[in-house]
Amino acid sequence: MSDTSTNGYKSGSRLEQVLRAGHFAVTAELGPPQGADGEIIRKKARLLKGLCEAVNITDNQTAIVRMSSIGAGAIVLQEGLEPVIQMTCRDRNRLAIQSDLLGAYALGARNVLCLTGDHQSFGNHPTAKNVHDLDSVQLIQMVVEMRDQGRFQCGDEIKGVAPRFFVGGAANPFGDPFEWRPYRLGKKAKAGVDFIQTQLIYNVERFSKYMEKVRELGLHEQVYILAGIGPLKSPGMARYMRDQVPGLDVPDHLVDRMTAAASGISKEDKAARREAWRKEGIQIAIELVQQLKGIEGVAGVHIMAIEWEEAVRPIVEGAGLFPRPEPEPLPTADDPAD
Amino acid sequence: MIVAEQKPLDEIRDLIADAGKVLVVGCGTCVTVCFAGGEKEAGILATSLRMASKLNGNAQDVTHLTVQRQCEWEYLDPIEEQIRQAEVVVSLGCGVGVQALAEHFPQAWVVPGLNTSFMGLPTEQGVWEERCAACGSCILGLTGGICPIARCAKQLLNGPCGGSQDGVCEVNAETPCAWQLIYDRLKAHDRLDLLMEIQPPKDWSTSRDGGPRRITREDLRLVAEQVE
Repeated sequence: MSDTSTNGYKSGSRLEQVLRAGHFAVTAELGPPQGADGEIIRKKARLLKGLCEAVNITDNQTAIVRMSSIGAGAIVLQEGLEPVIQMTCRDRNRLAIQSDLLGAYALGARNVLCLTGDHQSFGNHPTAKNVHDLDSVQLIQMVVEMRDQGRFQCGDEIKGVAPRFFVGGAANPFGDPFEWRPYRLGKKAKAGVDFIQTQLIYNVERFSKYMEKVRELGLHEQVYILAGIGPLKSPGMARYMRDQVPGLDVPDHLVDRMTAAASGISKEDKAARREAWRKEGIQIAIELVQQLKGIEGVAGVHIMAIEWEEAVRPIVEGAGLFPRPEPEPLPTADDPAD
Repeated sequence: MIVAEQKPLDEIRDLIADAGKVLVVGCGTCVTVCFAGGEKEAGILATSLRMASKLNGNAQDVTHLTVQRQCEWEYLDPIEEQIRQAEVVVSLGCGVGVQALAEHFPQAWVVPGLNTSFMGLPTEQGVWEERCAACGSCILGLTGGICPIARCAKQLLNGPCGGSQDGVCEVNAETPCAWQLIYDRLKAHDRLDLLMEIQPPKDWSTSRDGGPRRITREDLRLVAEQVE
């Protein structure tokens, strides 16, 4: 066997190994810069190393041009951290996606998250042409078939090494139609997805209802579901997410808690108010992790601390998820694997 | 039908700036129905252009006429003389009409007076909405008669994205989410099973991606030859 042997694992990624071993997994998010400074990636990677199994590297998130997910992912790998390459259908057709994934695999990436992508009208190039040659379900199916059948989407055989990714997808339990959402997850499971990262969850009660249906369909036994966690930075952010962001459900009591956090502090003391809000935001995130951990079928959390990577450590530690489990090293090619 | 809207007057004036004699040609079909380029609009545009050129101290001779359909040669032959006399022809047809005039009258300089918007229908007085993207491979039989290629901002084929909220698209609060509409309709017809099937990657070769399209009907061609 070559060095691509995965010894019974689909990809052999750390994320896959930790999930397969039955540990409660943690992934985080690393947003690349709007520039070409690799040092920014290294600094963020150092903040996150040891706190999670892998970090998602966003792909032109919210349709704003940033350093590529694969380029930034290669730097993250150099820092000894495992990337989850995000791949959207907005900017690339099936040719570009497949060729980029071959390159990502050759660079050492082993996880990929398959997304539709935010519409370009939200970003900084609203006059751009979008692609959407595939949708996220078809993308999942394509990457799974590249791995399991060694074939490109057209059916041609992949020459030599086929990319063996641990394949992820996204789910928004709060999108409409609400009752359809578990079935959409089922479609991704049918397409062969290995893990799911959900939209940010603040409304645990509503998410529990979603998970009830997910369990009824048996989907929690087919895919690893990582619940999305996002620490709130301020009451303003909480209100914005509650009122302005489609597909997010932030209950009023969390907005009130964020507001109350700085209630005794003078409005003049901006630094102290900011500090108090952030402390409360992290505390809420810790409580959410603990509540979500108790829901059957939740296999881990995905912590999205956008431009606030420092928040990941206190959340992981506060929720009792530190230190992270160390998977057994994969046997080398020469070892008798079985 | 094809839905279009008139270009800003200044843009049209720029397109005809160097001409002394201008002919505005309206079209009596789709663009008449959507109040963009019919007889009435052609008349108003010609008058506006005349007035604007006079005010500008460089009076242009702008006349207008309307044909039943700009996209068929037989309706264009009768206006050959008027076309010949014009230095610039402003077509108030859709993009097909503009090109038909240019193709049929190679000596004429033809410019567009409309922006051709989409294939759609009026949903209420004064409101038109897109319905068909002419992808060349109709899937309406799988989606309850509602097209996600034309009506979903991301042309998704396997259900709504995460941005569908309260029945509207995240891209524009005035646009209904096509997949919410499809879901509601399939549910009403007890056909949600159609939504459970994974739709494979679409063959876009029948769409614009395959290059300019052409349909040849040999049966009709043979008939035409016999007539000759």
